[in-house]
Amino acid sequence: MKKQTKKTKPDIINRFTGDSWVYTKEVKEHFFKPKNILWENPKEAKYDAEGIVGSPACGDVMRVWLNINSKKDTITDFKWRTFGCASAIASTSMLSVMVTEKGGIKIDKALKIKPQDIMKRLGGLPDRKIHCSVLGDKALRAALNDWFKKTKQFSRIMVEGTQIIDPNTKTTEADIEEAVLEGATTLLAVQKRTKVGIGYPECLPKVEELIRFYREKYFGPDKK
Amino acid sequence: MSKHQYYFDYAATTPLDPKVFSVMLPYFNKEFGNPSNLYELGRNASHAITKATRTITKILECRSEEFVYTSSATEADNLAILGTARANKEKGNQIIISQIEHKGILAVCKILSKEGFDVIKIPVGKDGLIEISALEKALTPQTILVSITSADSETGTIQPVAEISKIIKEFRLKDNNVFPYFHTDASQSAGYLDVNVDKLGVDMMTLSAHKLYGPKGIGGLYIRRNTKINPIIYGGGQQGQLRSGTENVPGIVGFAKALELNKKNKKTELARMKKMRDTLEKGIFKLIPKVVLNGHSTKRLPNFLNISILDIEGEALLLYLDELGIMVSTGSACNSQSLEPSYVLTALGNPYEYVHGSVRFTLGKGNTMQDIKYVLKKLPIIVKKLRDISPLELKMDQTSAMSNPKAFIGGQTPHFLRKKK
Repeated sequence: MKKQTKKTKPDIINRFTGDSWVYTKEVKEHFFKPKNILWENPKEAKYDAEGIVGSPACGDVMRVWLNINSKKDTITDFKWRTFGCASAIASTSMLSVMVTEKGGIKIDKALKIKPQDIMKRLGGLPDRKIHCSVLGDKALRAALNDWFKKTKQFSRIMVEGTQIIDPNTKTTEADIEEAVLEGATTLLAVQKRTKVGIGYPECLPKVEELIRFYREKYFGPDKK
Repeated sequence: MSKHQYYFDYAATTPLDPKVFSVMLPYFNKEFGNPSNLYELGRNASHAITKATRTITKILECRSEEFVYTSSATEADNLAILGTARANKEKGNQIIISQIEHKGILAVCKILSKEGFDVIKIPVGKDGLIEISALEKALTPQTILVSITSADSETGTIQPVAEISKIIKEFRLKDNNVFPYFHTDASQSAGYLDVNVDKLGVDMMTLSAHKLYGPKGIGGLYIRRNTKINPIIYGGGQQGQLRSGTENVPGIVGFAKALELNKKNKKTELARMKKMRDTLEKGIFKLIPKVVLNGHSTKRLPNFLNISILDIEGEALLLYLDELGIMVSTGSACNSQSLEPSYVLTALGNPYEYVHGSVRFTLGKGNTMQDIKYVLKKLPIIVKKLRDISPLELKMDQTSAMSNPKAFIGGQTPHFLRKKK
């Protein structure tokens, strides 16, 4: 009998999709001992900025509180609360650590953190759970938008992709993003889901560009 | 030493009873014959099946030839629905089921609706009971089959099967018709409720061994005499042409033993389960605020407790409990392959917010009052922690969706709410 190599982790693999199910040690650590949680309701003006994303109907809500050093443009404190599954809780916790380590990172650097970076630090998430980790990234941006509004840095405010790309089917950028997240990573697959561009082929180059953008954002750069 | 296991998922499956195991054992290697063969080993296997069938059919109070073995309850459901629908399609094309049927029935009805059958789903009320008046109204001369579960697998709410069968019989008498047939899936309820097919008044009934401390891989379907049904599996013509394939002899022997043991202990186990379940239920409602009961408060299997704990998410709760050796199940979307919240709990009219926080305890033979006490000690602590982590503060008296059902990605409607094109 062959000896199992040390690399093989005990895991449950879905027979049909090949997905792994078991969470990594890092996910467990952040899930069972979440870092930087806001345990008590804050007093007014204790935090410089605040953001909330998600909805309880969908099973994920995240709220983020930030303190910001305006001189250095760094995030000094990141507190959070999350309603959601293990992946959602663990990825928010990990994000809070990544943002505040070494005394807090620059806002611009924090904005460059992708869901994929959080997942890498967590040692990976099951494919169907990538959805859950996206929330952190969105909540952080929502809180930073709040900060930019408060400090009147209007040029830095980020607008979420609600722009309609295909007026026939009313497909938005966000629809494309969601389709990619749900595993449709080619134009054909995205069209199957959203019917985008079928009656309006002019938008297709833009759609392809968006698919590439979100694919890289969530699944890493394309392998050559 | 492994940690103590607190198993509360007996509706998912049960461990094999050692007594069942010991009667099955010889049929794996000693009495391994194929029951279709004439020589001694074959005869012995065939005899074992006859004996097992006699045991089972005696409990159901039906004839031996009215019971067919399948590989699972899902197969039995498939056989009941597909088999009768296709065999009687000249007589009518309407099938009536409920919203909360097992997937083995829902999936097969979806296929039949593509074949031209008209499938009607009877809604359920907030308490989990199907709306009888809607069923009465739905019956037409075109109806060939009605299938209503005896008790669903999520809330354990007990449907009035005998009452439904009475309605169906009266409907048949009006036109002097043999249709519709009436099928019930009794996989969950068989362990605790009456399985006398005449008292229930059913024409077909699905059973599953592994929910009764029997082996996995064996189920069965009771089919009343003169019911016109086609097979769904074809081959050597075993089991009166209805279900080809060499019989699972050890499984069948184990199935019979499991059912026999269940009948013997039914009354005492029922009382024991109810006592433990009620203690758990009362304890949770006393110790934890903002908890909602899913399903019927009294007309419920004695081992079922399905609750929604507001402001927290089911999968997270499940994993925290798992860490303490407590095993439960949840209807939360995060826990399902499809990322959709439980269709049974949403059919009860629960807002999605509630369904995401649902947790199901199903008790069984291995549980003791000690286990219940352990849960009551640990659960409030975990709930408090997860509520501390959660930013939500839902209100209890909400009856409809309380939040805007938009997904977090760019404010889209979640995929399970979108109308399917």
